[in-house]
Formats: sequence, C-alpha cells, structure tokens
Amino acid sequence: MTAFLGRTLSWDLRERVLEVRLHRAPCNEIGLQTLEELERLVDHLVGGGGGARAVLIHSGLESGFCAGADLRALHAGLKERREQGAPARALRVARRVATRLGIHRGEGLAGRAAERVHRALVRQAIGGFIDRIHRVFDSLDTLPLPTIAAVHGPVFGGGFELALTCDLVVADKSARFCFPELRLGILPGFGGIPRLERDVGNAVVRDLLLTGRSLGASRAHELGLVSQVVPRGRALEVARRVARQPLRFDPEVLGPVKQFAKPLPARRLAEERRRFVRLVAEPRVAEALDDFVHRTDARPYLP
Amino acid sequence: MNAPDDLLPRLTALAGRRFGPRAATLGPDEDFFEALGIDSLQALDLLTELEDAFGVEVPDYELQGVNTFGGLAEVLRSRL
Repeated sequence: MTAFLGRTLSWDLRERVLEVRLHRAPCNEIGLQTLEELERLVDHLVGGGGGARAVLIHSGLESGFCAGADLRALHAGLKERREQGAPARALRVARRVATRLGIHRGEGLAGRAAERVHRALVRQAIGGFIDRIHRVFDSLDTLPLPTIAAVHGPVFGGGFELALTCDLVVADKSARFCFPELRLGILPGFGGIPRLERDVGNAVVRDLLLTGRSLGASRAHELGLVSQVVPRGRALEVARRVARQPLRFDPEVLGPVKQFAKPLPARRLAEERRRFVRLVAEPRVAEALDDFVHRTDARPYLP
Repeated sequence: MNAPDDLLPRLTALAGRRFGPRAATLGPDEDFFEALGIDSLQALDLLTELEDAFGVEVPDYELQGVNTFGGLAEVLRSRL
C-alpha cells in the first residue's frame, strides 16, 4: 500500500519519499482518530513503507502544522466520565454503604471515595492514550530512515512534540513553537521535554515551559531547533529537496548511523509519562479545560 | 535601526498588507481585535511578521493587554 487516505491524515510515496499530510481541521488537533491513523502509518513504515527511503510530514491546512492535542475531545471525555460514568455510580454505592453502616458524615466520605475512583479511572484512560502516543512517537523518532517535518503557523504542544520526533525541521517563516501545557496545569505529555532537551538543551525547555512564550521560526533556527527557515509557503518544496539528499546514502549505513546520532531518551520519557498521568487527573485540569472550551474571546492562545 | 517616529506607520502598513485595507486606516488607539475581528493565532502571526520586519524578538507575554497599534508600537520601541 503506497497511498492512504484517512480522516485526519493521508500519505503517498513520491520518488521513494513517503509524504504524510495532516489534514484534520481546524489545525490538526491530535485526538483518538489521529492517533489511530498515526499507528497505521507507523505499522506501514515498520513493515517496509512500500519501499520508502525517507519520510516527510507536513500539514495540508493553511491554518498551521498542528495546534496540539485535541483539548475539546479531552474536555468532553472527562466531562462525560464525571457525569455519567463510574464516579456517579461509585458515589451511589458509597452513599448506600455509608447509610447502611450508619456512618456519621457518610456523604462526605462517599464523595471523597467517588473522587478517588474518578481520578484513578482518568489516570487509567489517559494513561492508555499516552502509552499509545509514546509508542507511535518513539517509533517515528527511531525509524531507520531520515524523517523531515515541514512546518508553518502554530507548532504547539503535541504538534511541537510531533515535529520533535523528526530528524530535521524545515520551517516556513510563519511557524511558531510553543509549549502551552502549564496553562492547563499539566506538562507536555507526548515526549516534548526529553526530546527538546536532547536536541537543543534544557535552558530552552525552561524558557518555553516557565513563560509559556512561543518562539518564531527565526529564533528557533538560531537555537538549532530548526534546520532551515524558508519564505512563507515554501517549506514543503524545500523539505522535498532535503528529503532527497539522504537517498544517495546506503540505507544499511544510514540507519545505524542515525540511531547512534539520535538516542531515544527512554528514561526521561518514562518519567514524563508518569508525571503527566498523575497531573492530568487533578481537578484543576478539568477546570482549565472547561475555561478553554468556553472562552469566547479572541485571545485563548495568548499567555 | 528604525527611527521611532516612523514605527507606527510602518506597523500599520504591515498590518494592512496582512489583514486588508481596513487595518491600514486603524487609529493608534482602536482595538484591533475588535475592529479587524482577528483571533489570537492571527495576532501571533502578526507578531512573527513584526519580529522579522523590525529585527527584534518579542515574547508573547509582552503583548498581554495590548490591543492597539499604539500599544504594539510601544512594545516594539522598547525592544529596538
């Protein structure tokens, strides 16, 4: 299968380069459907990629490369779980038990028990999603082929983390890189901190995390995060030329050399996952998400 | 280095190219979010253009509460 057309992304093989195009409006937010199609992509590549010798990831949407995780889906999922799911059932059971046993202030105990159940279930559900994301991103990161991201506009959160799995980033001048996660009470959970530490350094990680600021393409280039900055609208065309260069090298040599040059920060990734899953079940995250999805002003992305 | 006096007209002209002729006629104290109906991502895009045009770096948080070209010119001036 050299071509695929999914609901969130598509790919086709062009001159031995597998071109992956993200196309989920409004700005390629990563939810379950994107994850499933990324898993399909990784399976395809691990199975030989139909003869692909390089991978190029870009966005087919004018709005940008990727605005990050699908926060609206996350919000809806958490809300549904809270309103209809186990916490309500747990609360009913706990109330019955408390009443039967004649426990003084049983209502409070029941509420706290239900909240603990809720958090455990959120950690379990989101932990499962994060495990799958990590498997996909780690596979992309360690593919024995050169991988290139061509980015423009917002490269935020999970989108930034997706770009960081690639070996080289070609940025259109409009690209902006940002880790806005702390605004939601979480840390980046798709491998962003360990990869940015590896590729650029921890001072940049701290600058982005602790201020929530975004970096323009030129600044990202100065820092070494971006390989080339190109005029608006030219990233894909330049990235195609970049992707053709390693085709001249023997893949038997290129694969192991890349693996040596780009070690997977496995220990830090595992630690990030643990911290993310713990934080995401806190009530402040649900509140921040609620605030995000209900904001009607024009400035939800500004820090 | 840009003379501070021509900063506002340059900024307005650049916004006009980016957001249409209405932007170029906006007064220094008019709210550009309201007048132009732009959202925060478009505002960030304008910031990128300004950083490139004026050769400065402006962290996003410097734009907190800035909603006029006059205010934007002040932020840029402080970075030149």
